[in-house]
Amino acid sequence: MAGTQGEIIAARGLGFQYAGSASKALDDINIVIGQGEFVLLTGPSGCGKTTLCRCLNGLIPNFHPGEMSGELLVDGVSVAAETTSELSRKVGYVFQNPENQLFALTVEKDVAFGPENLGLTREEIRARVDWAMDAAGTVELKDLAPYELSGGQQQRVALAGVLAMKPSVIVLDEPTSFLDPRTAEEIMGAVDDLRRENGITVIVVEHRLDLVGRYAERIVVMDHGRIVADGKVEDVLDAEFDRVSGLGIGLPKVSLLWSLLKRDGLVSERLPTHVESAVKMLSERLSN
Amino acid sequence: MGENGAGKTTLAKQLNGLLKPTMGRVTVDGDDTTRRSVAQLSRRVGIVFQNPDHLLFSETVREEVGFALKNFGFEPGVIVKQVERTLEALDLAHYADTSPFLLSGGERKRVALAAVLAWEPDYLILDEPTIGQDYQQKERLRNFILQLNSQGKAVVMVTHDVEFVAECNPKVVLMSKGRIVAQGQADEVLSDDGLIEKASLVKPQMAKLFSQLGGFGFPRDVVDVHRAKMLLEEKLSEVKVRVAQSS
Amino acid sequence: MSLRVLNGFKFSSLKTPVHRLDPRAKFLLVLGIIVPSLLFTNIYLLAGLLLVQVPLLLVGRVTKRWLQSLRAGVFLSALIFVVNFFTGPLVNAVALTLRFLLLMTTFSFFFMTTSPDDLGLAIDKVGFIRWLSRRWLGYPNALSFTFTTAVRLVPTMAVDAQTVVDAQRSRGLELDKGNLLKRVRNYIPILIPLLLIAIRRSLELAEALEARGFPGKEGRTSLFELRFKTVDYALLAISLAGIVLSFWVFFHYRVPTI
Repeated sequence: MAGTQGEIIAARGLGFQYAGSASKALDDINIVIGQGEFVLLTGPSGCGKTTLCRCLNGLIPNFHPGEMSGELLVDGVSVAAETTSELSRKVGYVFQNPENQLFALTVEKDVAFGPENLGLTREEIRARVDWAMDAAGTVELKDLAPYELSGGQQQRVALAGVLAMKPSVIVLDEPTSFLDPRTAEEIMGAVDDLRRENGITVIVVEHRLDLVGRYAERIVVMDHGRIVADGKVEDVLDAEFDRVSGLGIGLPKVSLLWSLLKRDGLVSERLPTHVESAVKMLSERLSN
Repeated sequence: MGENGAGKTTLAKQLNGLLKPTMGRVTVDGDDTTRRSVAQLSRRVGIVFQNPDHLLFSETVREEVGFALKNFGFEPGVIVKQVERTLEALDLAHYADTSPFLLSGGERKRVALAAVLAWEPDYLILDEPTIGQDYQQKERLRNFILQLNSQGKAVVMVTHDVEFVAECNPKVVLMSKGRIVAQGQADEVLSDDGLIEKASLVKPQMAKLFSQLGGFGFPRDVVDVHRAKMLLEEKLSEVKVRVAQSS
Repeated sequence: MSLRVLNGFKFSSLKTPVHRLDPRAKFLLVLGIIVPSLLFTNIYLLAGLLLVQVPLLLVGRVTKRWLQSLRAGVFLSALIFVVNFFTGPLVNAVALTLRFLLLMTTFSFFFMTTSPDDLGLAIDKVGFIRWLSRRWLGYPNALSFTFTTAVRLVPTMAVDAQTVVDAQRSRGLELDKGNLLKRVRNYIPILIPLLLIAIRRSLELAEALEARGFPGKEGRTSLFELRFKTVDYALLAISLAGIVLSFWVFFHYRVPTI
């Protein structure tokens, strides 16, 4: 039930239609996310992933007007009753485009922006900024201007800015789209470390499962505004492989390989989601 | 391919004259690029930039796609036909009279592609075509590229999406810090630890998998899922037979 | 006159004593130089005001850029000189040219040694601006905020502008051909994408800022504060004295040009 111990997000019958749109962007969404989970939210373009994320921190319906129905509780409070500003203390949001999230002239000022809005004392702001910059690995960048940074550095700074708000949930909306694969892996790793060390709930929207599959425990697949699959990554990929792959999600190649081998009866174990487990399973088999 | 800042886009811009070399020479079909204008070179070398918003400005998709043709001095009758053809090929015909700004991100990317394909350049350069695309969109793009290539067009893709490249298995040029560090087939180049390290990339999953299965006699230069399956199939069937025999 | 003249107004991030002066004090210094230079045409005074800034430029280590911008401004100064040469006495022409160079130097000095950050902070403190901002936009810090964001976006938009030009040139657009009318029309495919990119960027930025709690409560504290040091007070005092003195002299005496 919503508001129960350990639950940080609870949606019941949540629906949304953008103003001026003919169809529902979200249709009867029911989901419960526990504190500290790492959730991968995926689905084809236009399925409603970003819409759902925007509901979590109040950008919907405040910034993006429209009709909202059903119920959505974050940390026990209904989002309909709070402003984006208030929700920003609970839910941090990292956007896809690294550069368009940074507005200040130096990194330090940008990270300080969030806490400054919270009405804290200068000492508290200082403490938070220092902690956040360290946690996100941006201390050496503190006097640089946003346009002087690389995409990966910019995303780290955006992450620091969000961390400084000390939210209990961080939503990352395709944060690695503009980054090269190595930087993408670093950022995802950093996010997972932060989650473990601070108990933050992480929701990542991503098409490319191979990047996130290693860290995400749970996967939620959406299509046409509805949730079509929700469960542990290995379970969903194993049980619903055909359906999920039909939706055009970027499945990890090892999973695809395994499903092909399984179809021909050459293997029977559950689908691996990353290379390490595939190596283990294959080595065992081949050593027989 | 190469990390951000390796010089990939800079090199691409040399190919249609937007940038001229300060040392050495660049020739297109034998013509030195310093002796031709960008407009002249673009006639043969078309670059599709990464962000479609940098291109779109017309009132309708039709006008947008016909813009370059007008600039290049095509006859009005020819322009109409070319535009129709290109819109058909990219499944944009039903948007012909729509404003490009009303389309979704993926559709705008297609319009940008159409705007360049309209004049049928012999050499097509795509700058990061897979960013922001979901798997289905990437599939369509891949098929389209392969089709263009089979029609005799040269296609150059600037990208760091290793999995996408693994699926196409083209010739790969690796760059790092302004230099070319390797050239070769995708399966050779992307499965080489040293080269991957130098170019700050990551190996495709299949390559990572097979680099750790070397002990079983598998080759290392595997990037394609289907080839991987075939190789494993053989060995796994052998194992199955052996297990069946011994029991 | 190329774009290089703009270099003389771009902030150069060094850490000199001049850079560290409070921007409000510096601004008053600028006024303290501009007021007498506009009130009087005395050549000795104007030359003196110009020369007095040279040590400031030297300490601020921005002399090279200043000289560059002066060189680029040669055309305009020559124009001013020539026009006045034919419409009045020679001394007038000299005085007015001097005044032009003087004003350019003062603004150049100010912008080269004051970071946009500090400027933003300074603007944020000015009571009138806070009031105006509250009336117009609803929040007292909105105006200074707009200013800092605009400055931050300039380099980014410059890159975008170049990309748009590249993209359109790659479609055969030739910006240097045709008569005047055609050339102007050729800029439409440049301006429209830029405008839209700017709008899109602003919307994304606004979203990101709201997602971080903007506008927040009324009691918004900022991490950084501008504080007056002794040297700033001294500068304020001198500048104010200079301004008052200038007005007093202006109303009581006739100061000749030479």
